[in-house]
Amino acid sequence: MAEQQRVSIPGTTLFDDIQAQKGYALNKMCFSFNDKTNRDAFKADEAAYCARFGLTAPQLAAVQSRNVLQLLAAGGNVYYLAKFAGIFDLDVQDIGAQQTGMSKDEFKQKLLNAGQ
Amino acid sequence: MAKIVGSIVTSHVPAIGRAIAGNLQKEPYWKPFFDAFPPIHRWLDEVKPDVAVVVYNDHGLNFFLDKMPTFSVGAAPEYHNADEGWGIPTLPPFSGDTELSWHLIKQLVNKEFDLTTCQEMLVDHAFTLPLKLLWPDDGPCPIKVVPVCINTVQFPIPSASRCYKLGEAIGEAINAWDSDARVVVIGTGGLSHQLDGERAGFINKPFDLQFMQSLVDNPRWATQYSVEQLVEHTGSQGIELLMWLAARATIKGDVRALQNTYHLPISNTAAGVMLLEPVA
Repeated sequence: MAEQQRVSIPGTTLFDDIQAQKGYALNKMCFSFNDKTNRDAFKADEAAYCARFGLTAPQLAAVQSRNVLQLLAAGGNVYYLAKFAGIFDLDVQDIGAQQTGMSKDEFKQKLLNAGQ
Repeated sequence: MAKIVGSIVTSHVPAIGRAIAGNLQKEPYWKPFFDAFPPIHRWLDEVKPDVAVVVYNDHGLNFFLDKMPTFSVGAAPEYHNADEGWGIPTLPPFSGDTELSWHLIKQLVNKEFDLTTCQEMLVDHAFTLPLKLLWPDDGPCPIKVVPVCINTVQFPIPSASRCYKLGEAIGEAINAWDSDARVVVIGTGGLSHQLDGERAGFINKPFDLQFMQSLVDNPRWATQYSVEQLVEHTGSQGIELLMWLAARATIKGDVRALQNTYHLPISNTAAGVMLLEPVA
């Protein structure tokens, strides 16, 4: 079978082997947020909680900034990051708006426009 | 022998769970999506399936990156839902059909699908919400289930062509099962959406509609694309159409669409629902 061409998609980072290795500690921490006890522990002492997972310096900075693009660049996977966002009651439209530099209403309108 | 009575494919967005919990089904935002289901409920009342094989993708509830199987099949007597981190109410446990699970596992491995088998398996919204949409009454889901999970978290993700073949093999295995059971195959996910990156909010209505039509007219249509090309056309998470493809492929030959709904947006996602019945 012919090798299918690799495509580069603007504004998109595929969660591949490179990201999966780079983001392991960050994603492992976010995976732990499935448990409410762990979400509470993070809220009670964020620095201590992060230290337990051995985050890299860029991951720590990204967690502190709550910036989704920065978290992705540090190897975060959006499925695990969604659990981190849940701690702050942010839904996928909040994080969509943040990543695209729009207000939430603008982002919602963008989604509605896709149906036209 | 067992019989596949049909295939139902639907989106599984977590927000559906919040809408169900908040009783928002009649709200204008939600009505076009929830209206797809009463005709399917009537069909289910008529055909009375005994067991559902549910093809879905886990979003980091059961599997983490420490162990990430490409294809996994549940073989548990009971499957539990759990907190996914954002507080959707959890649903009661689902009863497994271990006889069908092990039959599928043996048949699929024999056909060179090297699976992971799970005697314990937490099931997330991608599994629970479609079942709740199909059997909305209070209490546990009334039919038995077998979960089949496809990795869409970490690349390499299995190709559309491979997922189609998996579906064909599941269909053949069900048809070869020495049982009177009536089986419905459910595929969950999609359609086009992207949660991450500057391209967040990407939706591709023309591609979605073409894909839905292809499941009736030309079911192998999507197998011409690589996973990367599917991400380009449908968004990072639009790749969940692989579950629809595998579910469709369990039915050999032609199908008719008894229900066909496309509505956007739900949350960040273009939502689709289809009920496909084999043409005898």
